[in-house]
Amino acid sequence: MRARKMNNVNYNKDVSYLEYKGKYSGLPGWIFSTDHKRIGILYLVTMLSFFAVGVSFGFMIRLKLLFPGNAIISPQTYNSFFTLHGVIMIFLFIIPGLPAVFGNFFLPIMIGAKDVAFPRINLLSWWLFLTGGLLAITSILLPGGPADTGWTFYIPYSVRTGTNVIFTMFAAFVLGFSSILTGINFVTTIHRLRAPGMGWFKMPLFPWSLYATGWIQILATPIIGITLLLVIIERLFRVGIFDPSLGGDPILYQHLFWIYSHPAVYIMILPAMGVISEIIPVFSGRTIFGYRFIAYSSLAIAFFGSLVWAHHMFTAGMSNTGQFIFSLLTFLVAIPSAVKVFNWVATLYKGSIRVEPPLMYALAFIFLFSIGGLTGLMQGALSVNIQIHATSFIVGHFHYVMFGGTGFGMFAALHYWFPKMFGKMYNIKRAKTAFWFLLIGFNLLYFPMLIMGWLGMPRRYYSYLPEFQPFHVASTIGSWILITGLIILFANLIIALRKGKIVTEKNIWGGETLEWQTATPPIVENFEEIPVVESGFYEYKQNNIQLVEEDINK
Amino acid sequence: MISAPENTAAVNIHRDDIGTRMGIWLFLFTELLLFGGMFFIYSIYRFLHQNEFHLAALELNVIVGTFNTAILLTSSLTIALSIAAIQNDNKKLSVILQIMTLVLGAAFLVNKYFEWMTKINHGIYPGSDLLLSRKPGEILFFGLYYVMTGLHGLHVIIGMVLIAVMLRLTVLNKIDSNNFVRLEAAGLYWHLVDIIWIFLFPLFYLIT
Repeated sequence: MRARKMNNVNYNKDVSYLEYKGKYSGLPGWIFSTDHKRIGILYLVTMLSFFAVGVSFGFMIRLKLLFPGNAIISPQTYNSFFTLHGVIMIFLFIIPGLPAVFGNFFLPIMIGAKDVAFPRINLLSWWLFLTGGLLAITSILLPGGPADTGWTFYIPYSVRTGTNVIFTMFAAFVLGFSSILTGINFVTTIHRLRAPGMGWFKMPLFPWSLYATGWIQILATPIIGITLLLVIIERLFRVGIFDPSLGGDPILYQHLFWIYSHPAVYIMILPAMGVISEIIPVFSGRTIFGYRFIAYSSLAIAFFGSLVWAHHMFTAGMSNTGQFIFSLLTFLVAIPSAVKVFNWVATLYKGSIRVEPPLMYALAFIFLFSIGGLTGLMQGALSVNIQIHATSFIVGHFHYVMFGGTGFGMFAALHYWFPKMFGKMYNIKRAKTAFWFLLIGFNLLYFPMLIMGWLGMPRRYYSYLPEFQPFHVASTIGSWILITGLIILFANLIIALRKGKIVTEKNIWGGETLEWQTATPPIVENFEEIPVVESGFYEYKQNNIQLVEEDINK
Repeated sequence: MISAPENTAAVNIHRDDIGTRMGIWLFLFTELLLFGGMFFIYSIYRFLHQNEFHLAALELNVIVGTFNTAILLTSSLTIALSIAAIQNDNKKLSVILQIMTLVLGAAFLVNKYFEWMTKINHGIYPGSDLLLSRKPGEILFFGLYYVMTGLHGLHVIIGMVLIAVMLRLTVLNKIDSNNFVRLEAAGLYWHLVDIIWIFLFPLFYLIT
């Protein structure tokens, strides 16, 4: 029966996935497509739309904080804004960001497969993502008003507040489901669909990072699922599991929340690290330094990252032994992260570096992620933690890691793979201009947060003491520069989509992984023939030597 | 009938039974972790309120619980046998066994319904005045009882829907001795539902 269906459709597999006409055309040809490349683009479009909403909320928060006291927006609106900013950025932008967009698009190609293991479930997970996103947005418009609990939904306030917390939490629950399905899909794909000859240690590093991410998605996300569900049930039926007035324990909620939400940080950062590990060797023309160590360090981060959650609660009440153990484990996570950073830097050393936009974003990643990582270690130290807990130091820290890390990783990936995905080239000069705006704006925006947090500025507060105003003003100006950078960046890419120079060359950056061996943009089934892998993918030096030898022989 | 060539990536009929099994097992892990979170909460509160949990557990009806355990275990047997039957090309037997599984699942839910209703009629349900007037440990016990058995009941329903779909596919010959991995997946899900109950039953009914 299936064979018959195939004969009816004009099954021309040699056209690019953008031009291919399947069962449907137009919009349904996209939103009902099970092609992993189209699903990747669907994610890209939806995710960036939510990103724009999240940025707007962030912009408003910063604008308000220009002045102490009552200004521009009311305290209640302010509370909703930072909640929505967090929920949207975390659940709708950073968590799905790299794996769902670039993972979907490039994982099968990089391992030489035609698609992911479960294409239909892949499409389902996009639909769940969209549903979750729409639920979160709907909660803003419904009577009762948007949630005002902060994205952490801490008990008991999240049980008491009259706002639409249930909606927002259910949105997060649905998004978690979507994330789990993506994780299962990727892990199975990597186990089952690698091209002939591609052993585990011939696999490129981006798939390696997705593999580690997939496991965290599978193992950690169910915990937040059940936790959010319990709070929803708690609100609806007064079950008492977390509500202290009924005998429940709010600290238990915090534990369960962070058992997921800390590993989730690594769901966000690991794929970005994978992207950087792809970009650095390409633009320095060198073999990646310590391939196996980078691969293993992804797994080590996933493993240790799952055991450190309680460092979010050092001040919430915990035994000294518990504090000691979690502090120690927190320091241990820094080791595999630092292994990666050192390996990237070592790869650059003595390379023939080409300063192109993808590399610039990748270098910014290393710089910003290092600041973010080191400030994170400061909080892992117990005595310092008491001083800076719940101050804007934390806000500065996680924006350095999440935005400076994952965000810049995503920009790097966009500029690296954009020509391959769309067959168009963007304006390099404009991309570089955007980069400098972003880098300067970013540091001006978040570095003052570290300083004033250290001086005692609490996070999430609507108002502040006058002495903090200079820092807030600097930070807000930074946000304007940053947003200018974002506008230039995306305008550049959108212009490129419409009028950019057409690229048909297979390998414009000189990469060695499989996505550079297929057509630009890729054909429907990725490869005309399933590739057979004979050597590793990062052997630039060796290949260069071969080239030189060929020249000599001529 | 075309016999599907196996393990050649070049064929157009995409089927990877090992991959599918892997996917379903990974999914079952996530379900276990979902309930794992609840068992974790249960164990902490049990540790904190030992006496109250003990007293509250005495109020549950062990006979109904035992009866339901027997029903669910039998249904796990019937679904396993239905897979064996389809492997041996015995479609009719497989269909009968799948229907039996559905009937047993429904019987479990009916029992559960009456059990819940009895408690609710006695005024013991989350948020009820009677329950709120009792000690925190007992409130927590019954809260967990309703949430965990309720969530389990939801999984029974999902499992039954899955098996009903498989039943239809079997009748339509889309599941046969060459291609039964979907029935196997539904069966695995049903075993998961069963296994969770095997832990719920002693924790709520037997340890008093």
